Amino acid sequence: MSFRYEIRFSGEGGQGLVLAGKIFAEAAAIYDGLNATQSQSYGPEARGGSSRSEVIVSDDEIDYPKAVSIDLLLALTQEACDRYYADVKEGGVVIVDAAAVQTIPEGNFKIFQVPIIELARQKVGKPLFANIVALGIIAGIVDVVTEDALKSAIEARVPKGTEEINLQAFQVGLQEGKKYLTSF
Amino acid sequence: MNVIRVMTGNEACAEGALAAGLSFFAGYPITPSSEIAEELAELLPCAEGVFIQMEDELASIGAVIGASLTGAKAMTATSGPGFSLMQENIGYAIMAEVPCVIVNVMRGGPSTGLPTLPSQGDVMQARWGTHGDHQIIALAPYSVIEIFDLTIRAFNLAEKYRTPVILLLDEILAHVSEKVVLSDTAVRVIIDRIIPQEAPEAYLPYRYTQNLIPPMAPFGSGYRYHVTGLAHDETGFPTNDPVEIEKLLFRLQDKIIRNRDDIVQVEEFLLEDAEIGIISYGSSARSCRHAIRQLRAQGVRVGMLRLITIWPFANVKVEKWTKNIGKWYVVEMNMGQIAREVEAAAHGDATIFGIRQINGEPINPEFICQKIKDGLNV
Repeated sequence: MSFRYEIRFSGEGGQGLVLAGKIFAEAAAIYDGLNATQSQSYGPEARGGSSRSEVIVSDDEIDYPKAVSIDLLLALTQEACDRYYADVKEGGVVIVDAAAVQTIPEGNFKIFQVPIIELARQKVGKPLFANIVALGIIAGIVDVVTEDALKSAIEARVPKGTEEINLQAFQVGLQEGKKYLTSF
Repeated sequence: MNVIRVMTGNEACAEGALAAGLSFFAGYPITPSSEIAEELAELLPCAEGVFIQMEDELASIGAVIGASLTGAKAMTATSGPGFSLMQENIGYAIMAEVPCVIVNVMRGGPSTGLPTLPSQGDVMQARWGTHGDHQIIALAPYSVIEIFDLTIRAFNLAEKYRTPVILLLDEILAHVSEKVVLSDTAVRVIIDRIIPQEAPEAYLPYRYTQNLIPPMAPFGSGYRYHVTGLAHDETGFPTNDPVEIEKLLFRLQDKIIRNRDDIVQVEEFLLEDAEIGIISYGSSARSCRHAIRQLRAQGVRVGMLRLITIWPFANVKVEKWTKNIGKWYVVEMNMGQIAREVEAAAHGDATIFGIRQINGEPINPEFICQKIKDGLNV
């Protein structure tokens, strides 16, 4: 039986969610030998406005490249969380930024409140790295693509000269994610 | 060697164009097509080609036509509003028989409409956007790898038939990143235009040849001739002689129509045992494939005739399949532009329903499943 795993990265324009999706898809497709697509939906604004990026990972052909039944939702803003949590499937995973998302949605899914943006600020130096921290958290919580694949994809994608700090951001997220998993 | 990459449709379009031998690009940036220009601004000069960002879309298509007349393989890329501005010169390229590729990444319209959201609303504009009786070739890929392949094919058809070819993408396909396996050793069929063998003095630029496609001399190679959008005779100079006019206009029609078998491509997906048929194209066909898999898992025998070439329309295939299967759904992100063509081709042999959506959202496969299941009880 083939599998199809759907992730939606959501927040606002400028948070690097499209890049996070691309890195995740490349990790799966190039380094883990799976099939993957990444798509996005955004408004006409360059910054702000709602932004979402979707990744489908499968070991089979991916016909429809958009999410239909979400396995994992990442929400970095309250607005994104409110808008998208209903699309998460039963038993799915919702990861929200602990500070940005105050009203926690209720539903038949596991919810993780993680101070993603704060971790990026404190442990990596800038909130800008929240997208890569989030990738680490996802890798710590769910087992869809391997850590090594994600690291390779990050190294290949981020601007030259920023590889190390981005990998550090990934490690910060990974450790945090693993912590949440064991406490569950 | 095979290289595995994750690339977007727009990237695949730019790279397909280069693989086809693109040497000139002129364009004006517009969402959701801008990345094609962005890629080519970087890659084309490295391939000794020319990239120009023009002042608008009218100038862009004008520059493309001029470059093609000098022998360049030329392309532009735009979206709805820019495609509207190009219509006059597309007609000129048809009349003057100038090969070129026009990529239209469809977004929601009319007017500036929905810059960042998908649509398939320009299918009829691709067919009839420019005035006068004419034929056009338009292709509609449905995946990133098919965008790469069909961009090459668009150039091949343009060069072979001396005509503009329109490549219809949409926002979903342009921006989706997909895994592609590209072989850097693959032997690809690349077609170049036929150039005249005779001496410049003996050259008739619009000679009525047996295959209906006159050899084309590149400007600057010693051949001097006249190019006009007016009806012209074999010399390229304008004429009002009804015999010459008819000769020209029928040749322009016939060079496409008589070669339908070469130009028209469809994919027949799970149609053999199907009781219900779907006709779709572009990214909507992706939604359909997903829906077909789900419906088949529930025992509903559905298949799809996917249009790869949109224009000329796949009449022969549609006629054949609508005789075999009595119930059809035409799935598209517009108000039924292709559904009407299907109805005409079916000659009443089948019942045709439309599944349509124009709200800027991709068509959810679940929506298609529901419509088809609702129809089972009727």
